Order: sequence, then structure tokens, then C-alpha cells
Amino acid sequence: MNANNLNMRDRNILIKKGRIYTPEEGISSERDVLIQEGIIRRIDKGIKPGKAYVLDAQDCIISPGFVDMHVHFREPGMEYKEDIGSGSCAAVSGGYVAVFCMPNTDPPIDNASVAEYVYDRGVDEGLCMVLPHGAITQGRIGKALAPMGEMGSCRAMVRGFSDDGSTVTDSEIMRRAMEYAKTMDSLIISHCEDVSLNAGGQMNEGFYSTLLGLRGIPPEAEEIGVFRDICLAEKTDAELHVAHVSTAKTVKLLREAKKRGLKVTCEATPHHFTLDDSYLVSYDTNLKVNPPLRSRADVEAILAGLSDGTIDVISTDHAPHALHEKETEFDRAEFGMVGLETCLALVVTVLVENGVFSLEQALEKMTLAPSRIMRLERFGYKPEITEGTPANITVFNSDLEWVVDPLRFRSRSKNSPFGGWKVKGKVIHTIFNGSIVLEDMQVSPAGD
Amino acid sequence: MVFVARAKIIDADDISRILKRVAHEILEKNRGSSDLALVGIRTRGVFLARRIAGIIGEIEGAKPDVGALDVSLYRDDVASRKASPVGVTEIDFDINDRVVVLVDDVLYTGRTTRAAMDALIDFGRPRKIQLAVLVDRGHRELPIRADYVGKNIPTSGRERVKVSLEETDGVDMVEIGEERS
Amino acid sequence: MNPPEILKSGVSGPAKVQSPEANRPRHLLSIAELSSDDIIRLLDSARSFAEVSKRPVKKVPALRGKTIVNMFIEPSTRTRMSFELAAKRLSADVVSFTPSGSSLSKGESLKDTAKTIVAMGVDAVVIRHSSAGAPKLLTEWVDCSVINAGDGMHEHPTQALLDLFTMRERLGRLEGLKVAIVGDIDHSRVARSNILALNKVGARVLLVAPRSLLPDRVEEMGVEVTGSIDEALRWCDVLYLLRIQLERVSESRFPSLREYTLQYGLTQTRWSRLKRKPLVMHPGPMNRGVEIASVVADEVEPVITGQVAAGVAVRMAVLYELLGGST
Repeated sequence: MNANNLNMRDRNILIKKGRIYTPEEGISSERDVLIQEGIIRRIDKGIKPGKAYVLDAQDCIISPGFVDMHVHFREPGMEYKEDIGSGSCAAVSGGYVAVFCMPNTDPPIDNASVAEYVYDRGVDEGLCMVLPHGAITQGRIGKALAPMGEMGSCRAMVRGFSDDGSTVTDSEIMRRAMEYAKTMDSLIISHCEDVSLNAGGQMNEGFYSTLLGLRGIPPEAEEIGVFRDICLAEKTDAELHVAHVSTAKTVKLLREAKKRGLKVTCEATPHHFTLDDSYLVSYDTNLKVNPPLRSRADVEAILAGLSDGTIDVISTDHAPHALHEKETEFDRAEFGMVGLETCLALVVTVLVENGVFSLEQALEKMTLAPSRIMRLERFGYKPEITEGTPANITVFNSDLEWVVDPLRFRSRSKNSPFGGWKVKGKVIHTIFNGSIVLEDMQVSPAGD
Repeated sequence: MVFVARAKIIDADDISRILKRVAHEILEKNRGSSDLALVGIRTRGVFLARRIAGIIGEIEGAKPDVGALDVSLYRDDVASRKASPVGVTEIDFDINDRVVVLVDDVLYTGRTTRAAMDALIDFGRPRKIQLAVLVDRGHRELPIRADYVGKNIPTSGRERVKVSLEETDGVDMVEIGEERS
Repeated sequence: MNPPEILKSGVSGPAKVQSPEANRPRHLLSIAELSSDDIIRLLDSARSFAEVSKRPVKKVPALRGKTIVNMFIEPSTRTRMSFELAAKRLSADVVSFTPSGSSLSKGESLKDTAKTIVAMGVDAVVIRHSSAGAPKLLTEWVDCSVINAGDGMHEHPTQALLDLFTMRERLGRLEGLKVAIVGDIDHSRVARSNILALNKVGARVLLVAPRSLLPDRVEEMGVEVTGSIDEALRWCDVLYLLRIQLERVSESRFPSLREYTLQYGLTQTRWSRLKRKPLVMHPGPMNRGVEIASVVADEVEPVITGQVAAGVAVRMAVLYELLGGST
């Protein structure tokens, strides 16, 4: 798909007959949305198309474009898994207009020049905002702080800092990182893990690890990390975002921390609210993730945490890996699964259809909440469909059923365990800055 | 598939007369029972072998050795048959230089007998191997002939001969009929 | 993998091309997937195969023309020999594949190795691997039978079958039998397979170990747990000792071999005190002076060598069941 051509053609776009979601007002009755020169100009019934390019949104919901706080686009360094081009394609295919890349690249995003490289590559691709998180420590090795101030004031305006994939094991360094981040008005995104409890772990420690003979990662490995970081956030008054919550006790710790008024937010991934460790009996390496899929009780606690607002954000932790890194013995396979192209479907199928919460509440966790935490208004994104707002829009059909086929993903990697699942909810059109970056996915399946 | 009987050809009295005759024939042909051993082919051949050995014991005063042979591991049609549980082979005597009479219920294609001879030879080198069967129904596929035949029953290929014995089926008889599904 | 119940509406996934049931190769991957009938049938059949090993000609033509690859990615002399003998006594051709000098040590993936081996036209692969689940993975890449000869800490199904065979022959029954398994349960695939198999045939299992050598929530597998070997000795019909490894000391699983012997070893004192002696079993090789005193080991040696003989019979039964005849 060539974004420049679309730019020319799509100066004026009319989205016909969709129901509009906005965080304040929920979902409206059927409306048309007219976009002129990248800005939403008119929202009304029965707008005449004139010369505008018409997108059919019959039976669809028109939502502010989705935002993912947690993806791995692997560039620079591991482009055979994914690069910013293929990652952007996957993102818009999942309805995302902004994604935040974790800095565990090679070289890592631990300075302004790598941060700007990632940012600029995203601009070049032009499909969505590709924004980097920076590393907390230089080289992500947990020894010395990375230049948060410089990264924050470069073109990429880095606000989130994380050593994701690794944890900052030294509590003193984590304390100083939080203090420094507070001064820089930055956010610490913590991958919480007591690694000493996780030597060689392959999956959640519990009945199924016992049955399968795979080394376990106890829930306590995460919980001890979360507890430490909450303590440090309380001491330093820093903003803390806990990445990929996976256990019941983590949800409890975060609920209590929020009650005490700490500046703590957190996220859960679709796989952690959908799958439990009993699925591992297949030894499917696509189910190997870190933090691991936990017990059914943990999944229930995450659903409760999403429902009562303890968990603010739904992030995918989109982690592409090449076929040969997954088609191997379980204990040699890489951790992670792709998620951008199945997130909405799992949200609708697992959360909305099962009555965990309403579609409006789900959308808030994919638009308003992450944009607020990441202050996306600095990049011109507003989580609303209102006249005068830049057009960053996702149009999706929440009733459309489809069967997941990873081979049709636009991500370079296919490591999803959801192949063959019949799901509900599909992104139809994505508009980024007034350009159509994904069109009519109802008719033509994914792939160019 | 179920067996549907059309006629009973041999009854219990016939079987006991036949086995007595076969016992006498074995003794006559081998001039006594001094180096004789009987080996029954599982399942029904084993019981026939025991009965014949009992009769010989009554006549001669000494019962010959009796063994049991499971031939499933020697069959040439392993791949096309359903794998059934393998029975235990019991030949706890030396067969070298003995006259071994293989005993089976029905002689048909000859393939079971062929497998039984192969199996037997793995236990040693008998001086002679002879074959005794209760029923010979024809249709041989191998150059094999029984030394002692209870009764010749001409059959068609579609027909089945069903042997029932007291020890396994609660009654002694031989029926002819067909398999129906 | 299968979607959860709520997602199973109609389409279950992209149509995978699968051969009809009858032509699909059959595998032995774990005890978990066997029924109690399967186990009893294999044990019955093993009794017949045990007789073959006592014949002057210890060979039957049942698997003539079949080719079996022994793919032992993790070193093992005893299990490999046992499988090799079993295959040869059934007249199958056996080829060994070991990683020393093989391409696997040069970074070739298991998948490529498997594909290569299968391209040569084999009927079964017997695989021993240090990674749990490797045999299951192999079934996705090959079109022949796969037999698990031990995968990581997961399972060692033929070992459990031969252990049950030995118990049944020695004690005449399995149902209601009281079996105590002593030692490093956490790292033991032998323990896992035995727990599952004993449960299925109605035996009772007591695990004897410090908590630090037990896997998480092992009670949910249907076993009882004690920290006292003396309690177990008073209770059990069978005492199954596992091999303890020195490297567990550095993992802080227990303080020292000396301490282990004092707490969990079958010492001469413990043994001589017993009025009713249980059947003592061990998967071998024994650490004399650690989990079992040398004098006691000598006394129970016949049972343990009996286990080895049973191993050949049980593996013959498994090979014959998977490769002999169609289903």
C-alpha cells in the first residue's frame, strides 16, 4: 500500500453510516463523518458525498484510532523478525494509529539518536505513529542510567522508559531511575520480575508445569518485582506503569496502590486475559511468553481488574519471532507472541461477548487511557471523534465473525497461538492523519 | 461381522472319536510315543493337543510333552491384520531330535502352519515335524499337507468353519456358515 | 491447540490435511494419554515377549523389514541398548543417531534433522531428548511412529511400563498396591510417568522427599506426600528409589549428599529394622552409599536387574503394538 498515493486521493473522505464512539458520550446512533484535509469537519446524518471519497461504515463503529503502549518492532537489529515497515502494516491492520516500541533493539534505544532513528523510520513509513520508549539504563543492562532528558527533548519526545524484556534488578538503580524520571516528567514502565526466582523457567509454575515437566516461573517472581516497584514509586512519588500484569496478586497490589493514591498505572495483554496455562499441554511454543500464561484463577483476577478499572490499558506486547525461533524445542524457543492483528477480536470475543465489560469500556482502554498516560496530544492525537480534530480513526465491525489465519497477518512474523480460532470483531478501515491506511478489510482479506 | 451358522457338521461325540483315532494314528505312524511331543497352535490347537496327549497317555501309560505356540509374531500377513494381543509361547522341553506333532483346529491356506514351523525351528531342530488338524477345509496357498486329518470338509471361499471347544466355548462342535456384517 | 469452549462455534480452524485415522502413524508419547486398558494390554503382551528373550533363538520375524531409528539426543546407554535389543529381537533394522559428531551439535535444528531422517524412509523414531515435549514436537514433522524414550523432566513412559510389569510379576497385582517413590521427584520424568501409570491402574502412590525436591502442586496428580522415609517404609509394598544427583546441592535443593542419606537413604539400619520388607526398585544406575546402602543394594539386586530384563520385553510389546499390524 502506498501511503503517498492515498494522501493525494484521500484529501476528502466521507465515512458513511457508522455509529460513533467517544470516551465521553459512548456510542451514538448512525452518523456520517466528513474529513477534509486531514481534519474531521462535519459529523451529521446524511452528508452528501460531493467529491469526497466514500468509506462504507454500515454496521460499524467509528472509534478514535487505537493506541498500543507496548510493541516490539525489532528495528534496528532484528529486522528478520519485524521492521518498522512490516510492524506499521500489522498495526494499521489491527486498527492502531499509534504504537510505542520497546527499546530492546540492537543497538537498544538508550540514546536520542536511536530514538530519533526509530521515530523517523515511522514517519517515513507513514502508516501510523511509531514512537519509541527509551531504555532506563544504558545498554539495558541495569548498571547506569540512560540519558532520559536528552531522549525526552529529541524529535521522538520520549516519555516512557523501560528495560522491558529485562528487569532493573538493582533496587538502588531503580530508585534513582524513578527519582530522575520524576524530575524529567517521564514515566517508568516496569517489567517486574525477580529473576532469581525464574532460573530457566519456561511457563507458569503450577499444576501444569508439574505435569509437563517444564521449569516453572512462579507468580511470586512477578509479584515481588511489582511490590518493590510500588514501594519505590511511593517513596519517590514517580509515575510508574506496570507492564503486562499476569497474576492475581499483582492485580491486588496495584488495586491497593491506586487506592493509596499513587501515580501507578498498568496494562494487561489479550493473551493474559484469554489464555491460561492449561493450554500448554499442546507444547505449542507460540504459547511461550514472558510473563507466562498463568492459572485460570489469575486470568479471572485480570478480568476482574479490567472490569473494576484497576487495569487501565490493554496493550498487545506484540513480540514477533521468526519461524525457526519458534519451531524448536520448547525450552529453546523464544518468548513472545504477535498480537496487533488479533487484539480487537479477542477484546470483543473474550471481554465484551462474555460480559466482562462493555465495548465502550474496552475501547477506552485502547484509546483514551493509553493516550492520556503517554500524553499523545503532544503528537496531535486526540482520543475523540469531534469536529476540528485530526482524523485518526478506526472503523470496525464488532459483529463480524472471522477465523484467525496467522499466514495472512501483515506482520513479518506469524507466531500466534490463535490460528484457527473463530473470533468476532474486525477492523475494516484505519485512517491516520487523514489518510486511509487500511481500507475495506471486510471484503478483501489481509495481504496486499 | 458375526458368524451365522448354517449346519453343525461335527458334534461332541464325533470330536472325541476323531481325537481317539488321531491319537492311534500318531502312535501307529511313529511306532510308539517314546520321542513324541505335541505342540498346539494357540488358541484351540493347544486344547486339542492336550486332549490327544491325554489319550496317548492312557494308551501308552506315559503322557508325551505338550507345548503351546503363539504364531502371531511369525505371520507373513502382520501388516494387513489387526494387531491382536500376543499369547505366551510355552515350550519348556527340548525339541531337538524329537518328533513334534503340530496340532491345529482348522487347516485352510496353510499360512498358520508355515508360521508355526518357522517358530518351532527357532526352538531347535526336531527330527520330524508332523501336522494334525481337526478339520481340513481345503483352499491351500502353500505346499502344506496334514499328516492326520479329523475330517475333510469341502468348503467355498466365502464359507467359514467354526470350531467350538469345551475349554474355550463351553461346548464341543464344528459348524459351517458365513460371516455377515 | 484448541480454542476454549466458548470459541468453538462451528469452524475449529483452517482445514488441516490429515490422513485418515487408519493410516496415521501411532505414537507413544506419554503415560498421560494411555488408558488403564492400554497399560494392562501392553503388560499382558510384554509377558509373551519376555518368553522370546528366554528362547535359544531370541528373535522373531514380527517386524521384519521395518526400520527404527534410535535418536538419542541426550546420552543414555541403558535405555538405548534396551530399545535396540527389543527392536532386533523383533527382526527390525535399527539405526542409531547420536549427537556427538552429528549435525545437531553443529547447530542443525531438530526439525531439519527429523526431516532428513524421515526422508530415508523409516517406520519409527525412538527419541530421548533433554527438552520436555520434544517427542510431541517431532510428531508434527515426521510421518512415522514416534516413541518417547524420555523427554526432559516430562515423561519416560516405557520406564513406567517396565516398572509396573516388574511390580505385577513380583507381587501379582497392581490394584491397591502401595508404592512409595523416594527422592528428587521434581526433576524426575520416571517419577511423573510412574505416578500417572500407577494412578491409572488403581495403585496408591506416596511421594517421599523434602518439599524442595517436589514439584509445585504435585498432590493434584493424585498422590500423597510425606517428608519421612520411615513413615513410608512402614506403609509401602514397593519402595521405589530415584537416583539423586549432586548438582541439586548447588541448586539449594538439599544441603549435602550426607544429609540426604541420613534423611532419605535406604540405610542398612533402616532396612534391617523392617519386619516386612517391601519390594525395592530403582531405575538405575544406583548411587550406592547415597540413596541406598551397598549391602542393601546387593540384597535387592535381583529385582533391579529384573527391571532391566523387563525393559526389553516391554519395549518389544510397545514396538509390536505400534508397528505390527494395522489398526
